[in-house]
Amino acid sequence: MSEQTIDLKKRRFLTKATGVVGAVGVGFVAWPFLSTWKPSAKTKAAGAPVDVDISKLESGQLVRVLWRKKPVWVFKRDESALDALNSEDLISKLADPDGTGNSKNQQPKYVSSNYRSIENKEAIAVIVGVCTHLGCSPTYRPEPGASDLGGDSWKGGFYCPCHGSKFDLAGRVYAGVPAPTNLEIPPYQYLTDSLIRIGIDQKNT
Amino acid sequence: MKNKQSWIDQRFPLSKVWNEHLAEYYTPRNFNFWYFFGGLAVLMLGMQLITGIFLTMYYKPDAASAFASVEYIMRDIEWGWLIRYLHSTGASAFFVIIYLHMFRALLYGSYKGPREFLWILGMLLYVLLAAEAFFGYVLPWGQMSFWGAQVIISLFGSVPLIGPDLLVWILGDYAVGDATLNRFFSLHVIVLPLLLVVLVFLHLVALHHVGSNNPDGIEIKENKDKDGIPKDGIPFHPYFTIKDSMVVVGFIWILCAVIFYAPALNGYFLEHANFVEANPLKTPEHIAPVWYLTPFYSVLRAIPPMFGSQFPGVLAMFAAILIFFALPWLDRSPVKSIRYRSPIYKWALGIFVVSFVMLGWLGLKPVTPTYALLGRIATALYFAYFILMPWYTSIGKTKEVPTRVTE
Repeated sequence: MSEQTIDLKKRRFLTKATGVVGAVGVGFVAWPFLSTWKPSAKTKAAGAPVDVDISKLESGQLVRVLWRKKPVWVFKRDESALDALNSEDLISKLADPDGTGNSKNQQPKYVSSNYRSIENKEAIAVIVGVCTHLGCSPTYRPEPGASDLGGDSWKGGFYCPCHGSKFDLAGRVYAGVPAPTNLEIPPYQYLTDSLIRIGIDQKNT
Repeated sequence: MKNKQSWIDQRFPLSKVWNEHLAEYYTPRNFNFWYFFGGLAVLMLGMQLITGIFLTMYYKPDAASAFASVEYIMRDIEWGWLIRYLHSTGASAFFVIIYLHMFRALLYGSYKGPREFLWILGMLLYVLLAAEAFFGYVLPWGQMSFWGAQVIISLFGSVPLIGPDLLVWILGDYAVGDATLNRFFSLHVIVLPLLLVVLVFLHLVALHHVGSNNPDGIEIKENKDKDGIPKDGIPFHPYFTIKDSMVVVGFIWILCAVIFYAPALNGYFLEHANFVEANPLKTPEHIAPVWYLTPFYSVLRAIPPMFGSQFPGVLAMFAAILIFFALPWLDRSPVKSIRYRSPIYKWALGIFVVSFVMLGWLGLKPVTPTYALLGRIATALYFAYFILMPWYTSIGKTKEVPTRVTE
């Protein structure tokens, strides 16, 4: 026993092996603690789809509903507002008018490009009312020509009070403002002609 | 008495610690005004801990009742308003002191060798203190609490690839809500205070190991008498304990004047919108952080979105804080103190101070084209101070440093 020499190589190996196993153990133990920060089952349940009845929605009127605790705007655009969305004058001022550039993940595939609404339901817009810059909720400014928003060049839309980002009535972002992308269109579908379900994608027909 | 002391000393190094850190801890005799703030920072930490403990006895970390519980403290708890204002105004006072404490280090080169690690510990303290202040501001659950949290947490959502998932993980929900408030409460009252206290201890251990710098930027340990005592040093106790207690009296007098007559300092210490309860459907007209974080907020706003992402601005904001850590290695000057620095360094420091104050002021203002341009210029000057430092500290004629302190 006393003649046995210390095997330093073996000692180093055992020290390192213990360290590695210990680190893996720390990782496994950390996981449950870090996971407690994820949304709870109750929170996820509260993120369930919400239904909005639009039968009484007047032209120009906007209602706010909470979906996953975010404000979602449901509003009706009149003919002149829809025409404005198609005008070259407006489109030339937008950063990504057809939603194929930086904003390509901001809308489901089944909404049309200029109106950003479901086909045959062009007048009704459903948009998440959270600025894509830093999360403020922009204000609804539908009146064309508002003097504080650039006068004649303003076709109606949304203005974010936090950092001055501007969006049109389809939630498309103007070029040269802090917000990098268009406003998000949530997944939604029509259950009937006057009932919208927000949070579930439209089925392919 | 003597017996009691030796009974303890045999079991615990009481006299040893007392002597090493107070009665026989030799401090440069030429300390000036700028050396008040380290001691005052410890005082503020103590005050925030004590007032915080008492606020926790009535505050409710629940989105439905948080706002009302703060108003309850303010109106119905005896002297509750005083405890609350000591804590909320104290936070701003704490930052005034910390910024002056940090500026002292820039003036006299206190971050330079052998005090690099002392500086790094101090910078870690600053970052943790900023986080502590941010979490604290969310707790009253007013409009600014809510939307400030929304804006700051959204920054993490801009991280490429993992951003959206990271955001939900931080929030514990799909938007700022009860889960967010509750975990911020835990961080504010347990995690960060513990870390702050431990780091302050380590900061002091490092300080007492290397010894204090002084306005001449010379090492007093290089000139010792035959007993091994620095010739330019005097014991911390009683000399500086007495001096510092006079400073404490003066400081408390000023602090009380603010707390009694202008606790919210016209919206600078407590913003007006925060006296309205949080409303997830309505953003206030104008959002700005509290004054002590506005310089970095201005840097964030100065960088435009690139590649369809806000991330470059977020990186710049964090870089503006983290670059301070590199200061000991950016500074190539052979001298420490501003007294013996070259004129070009004095200019650089002056421009840096102006750009920092400018950024702080702009962060309180809404964005207009003029302010945006000013913000970009100030951001460029801010970073230039650090990035050009290896160059401008190695040129220019420095003055000769004396071997003994000059006052």
